[in-house]
Amino acid sequence: MTTTTTDFLLEATDVAKTYGAVVALKSASLQVRPGEAHALMGANGAGKSTLVKILTGAVRPDSGTITVRDQIRTAHSPAEARRGGLVSVYQEPALIPDLDVADNLRLTDTPLDRFTHWVGELGLDSLDLSAMARSLPLATLRIIDLARALAIEPDVLMLDEMTAALPANLTERVLEVVYNRRGGDSSIIFISHRMAEIASVCDRATVLREGVTVGVVDVTPDSANQIVELMLGESVADMPERELQTSAKRTSEAPRLEVEDLGSGTRLKDVSFQIQPGEVLGVVALEGQGQDELFDILSGSEHPTGGSIAVNGSEVHFRHPADAIRAGLVFVPADRAEALLMQRSVRENIAVPFSARIAKWGPILQRREKPKVDRAVERLQIDTRAQNEVRFLSGGNQQKVTIARWVAGGIQTMLCFDPTRGIDIRTKHQIYLLLRDLAEAGAAILLYTSDLSEIQLACDRAIVIFGGEVVAEIDAADADEAALLRAAHNLGSEDRLPEEIVAEEVEEAQAHGIKIGEEEE
Amino acid sequence: MSTILERPQNKTEIKRSGGMGAVLRRNGWTLGLIGILAALFVVARLINPNYGPPGIQGLAISVLPLAFAAVAQAIAVIARGIDLSVGSMMALTSVVAATLMDERSEGFAVVVVIGVILLGFILGVINGSLIVITRVPDIVVTLAMLFVWAGAALLVLNTPGGGSAEWLRNLTLGSFLNQWIPKAALVLFVVVAVIWIPIRRSRLGLSLYAIGSDPLAAYRSGVSVNRTKILAYGLTGLFSAIAGLTLTASTGIGTPVPGPYTLMSVAAVVLGGVSLAGGKGGMLGPIIAVVILSLLRAIMTFLGVDTNLATVAQGLILVGVVMVSSLLQLRRQKV
Repeated sequence: MTTTTTDFLLEATDVAKTYGAVVALKSASLQVRPGEAHALMGANGAGKSTLVKILTGAVRPDSGTITVRDQIRTAHSPAEARRGGLVSVYQEPALIPDLDVADNLRLTDTPLDRFTHWVGELGLDSLDLSAMARSLPLATLRIIDLARALAIEPDVLMLDEMTAALPANLTERVLEVVYNRRGGDSSIIFISHRMAEIASVCDRATVLREGVTVGVVDVTPDSANQIVELMLGESVADMPERELQTSAKRTSEAPRLEVEDLGSGTRLKDVSFQIQPGEVLGVVALEGQGQDELFDILSGSEHPTGGSIAVNGSEVHFRHPADAIRAGLVFVPADRAEALLMQRSVRENIAVPFSARIAKWGPILQRREKPKVDRAVERLQIDTRAQNEVRFLSGGNQQKVTIARWVAGGIQTMLCFDPTRGIDIRTKHQIYLLLRDLAEAGAAILLYTSDLSEIQLACDRAIVIFGGEVVAEIDAADADEAALLRAAHNLGSEDRLPEEIVAEEVEEAQAHGIKIGEEEE
Repeated sequence: MSTILERPQNKTEIKRSGGMGAVLRRNGWTLGLIGILAALFVVARLINPNYGPPGIQGLAISVLPLAFAAVAQAIAVIARGIDLSVGSMMALTSVVAATLMDERSEGFAVVVVIGVILLGFILGVINGSLIVITRVPDIVVTLAMLFVWAGAALLVLNTPGGGSAEWLRNLTLGSFLNQWIPKAALVLFVVVAVIWIPIRRSRLGLSLYAIGSDPLAAYRSGVSVNRTKILAYGLTGLFSAIAGLTLTASTGIGTPVPGPYTLMSVAAVVLGGVSLAGGKGGMLGPIIAVVILSLLRAIMTFLGVDTNLATVAQGLILVGVVMVSSLLQLRRQKV
């Protein structure tokens, strides 16, 4: 197929969409050339997700036109958009939890041979087609979702934060597939908050700010600053990257949290570490190495099968998350939906955990609650335009609410499980700053992250978990991405090798890494 | 991440089926129910050695309306709905059938039967359309329609009456080939199999489970959620009509007042392993659950238990079984 009148495969012009009083898109435009990987960038609530939903027919625009191969198109449902060659892989996998993988493929009429080809390309070692989607780990679901979309051979494939929940090894395979698809007849629209990914695979980037397309940039190794400036507008100034430098002050105080020989079946073995007040301890691990179990145990939703936990020097046993909260261990999950009451207001969400503490019985005193809530909202700079129901907030603001819930009541120890997953750069930095602030004020913070660059930005030191065991402890100063990646694959810490050799070794280990992880299940 | 390297294609091992173990695990609940049913038969025979083919035939005929009602309810529940108007639709279709068949030829009755089944489908489609169009929760819409269809039944026939074709009455009487196989049971299985299995295997079947399991994911997978929901309720209406026909067939007349079928059908669905949260379960479970509930009553009658007490016992057993099942599920998740 050849384009006749313009050079664009997909063109969206002046697309607008409002939800009640909230303007999601004011005037968004997007032009995608055939064969390019096109990044769609923007801060929280800039309207990226809305634009993708409009392109795939999940949401109807108030105004604006969309043309595909020079024909005006309005899709009324994802099914229609799919037939027209536009397919999206969403942030949450679109697999039906109670159907097995084979049935999920049948539901979308996916050709099986091409699907298996892509699953292989994307680096899954094994896949049981009769497994219920519900029983598969999130990363596997995302890979299946992507392979399914690729198998349909769409004209335009939209990847919305595809790499957000993936471990490093799978992320690399996904990026490679995106990279290798360029130059053909079909295009990819790539949404990611990770600038490095954009730089490595995308040709051009369209930047949205507050619902308006503010620029289109040719992606070069140096374009990151330009993109960030466009994303943030005049208010950018300079990102506080330098001042985030970790304080790395080790106090001689008694540890706030002491974990000794903690185990959970075969998934977590003899994990020991300590966190002092004022310290942010990073946790690094590939997908499914036991980090989920570690956080579940510390937050009181799972029982350990061995080992001990001590808070402020005295041993504790949690039977319920409420016990952990009482002991001062509060949990911020990656999935906001797990922590928030989506249909209630920002105020109620923030007040719930500490209101339950200040007034055990009887009516809640709004008078006592309000100042604390207001302070937390202000401190975290939560955008409260849509404050009546939390589900209308953007992902980043929702995540701030989950942290604000604990900040309002005063924090001793905070357990953060990938809190910046799928969040834009500005909010990410606000969260790092907040974590540092809380640590300065004496809190102890345990931070698991799938974004390795966060370790140096927010942590004092990091432990690396592999196969359920702590295999390394690294000071933030030495914890660059390469070092962490090597440790995460349990490669030991020989002297640094030249760049290419490191890459090769990492790859080899990845092949092993996945296998080991799966056999243990 | 800036270095993209050529890499040999790695082999992905694709497993196509989980083997025997997976099949057993997936149908564990139904197999358990079959076990309970078999045990109850043994108990019934021990208590009452005369409990033989006639008893089983009577049981089969008496469970027929509720079994179809349970199938009807199961379809709505799998699609993440619930239909409180099942009993009313049964009453309406039953009196329509009885009125039309009264003193007419046997051949005309065939037309009536087909027409009434279609009528049930239309009643269900009306229920489903109202839910989809008004966006009022399923439970509210079908509660309202419970009164509408019940009132309509009384308008058609305000006292029990009408008649039934002879062939329809004979369809469920007696046994087939072997005295241990009641014709009623055969009718039940053939009708459900002929209608349900092709649907289950089709895209519609997948879509039913899909919208029940996760409506958003289903929508994004290209399933028309609204159309599927309307069709789900259509099928619920269709099976309710068949249940209504079996009422007419077994009594020979039409009764305009709905029996206790709606709530019993919900009970059977729950006991039969269909999740009220949608997306899980099949048709065999609810049918076996209906037989279990009836057989329990029969056993308690043999034992001379007060019928009111028997009702209490039935409720307690229901709660107990569901509780055990959730405990077992919790256990499995932990391991």
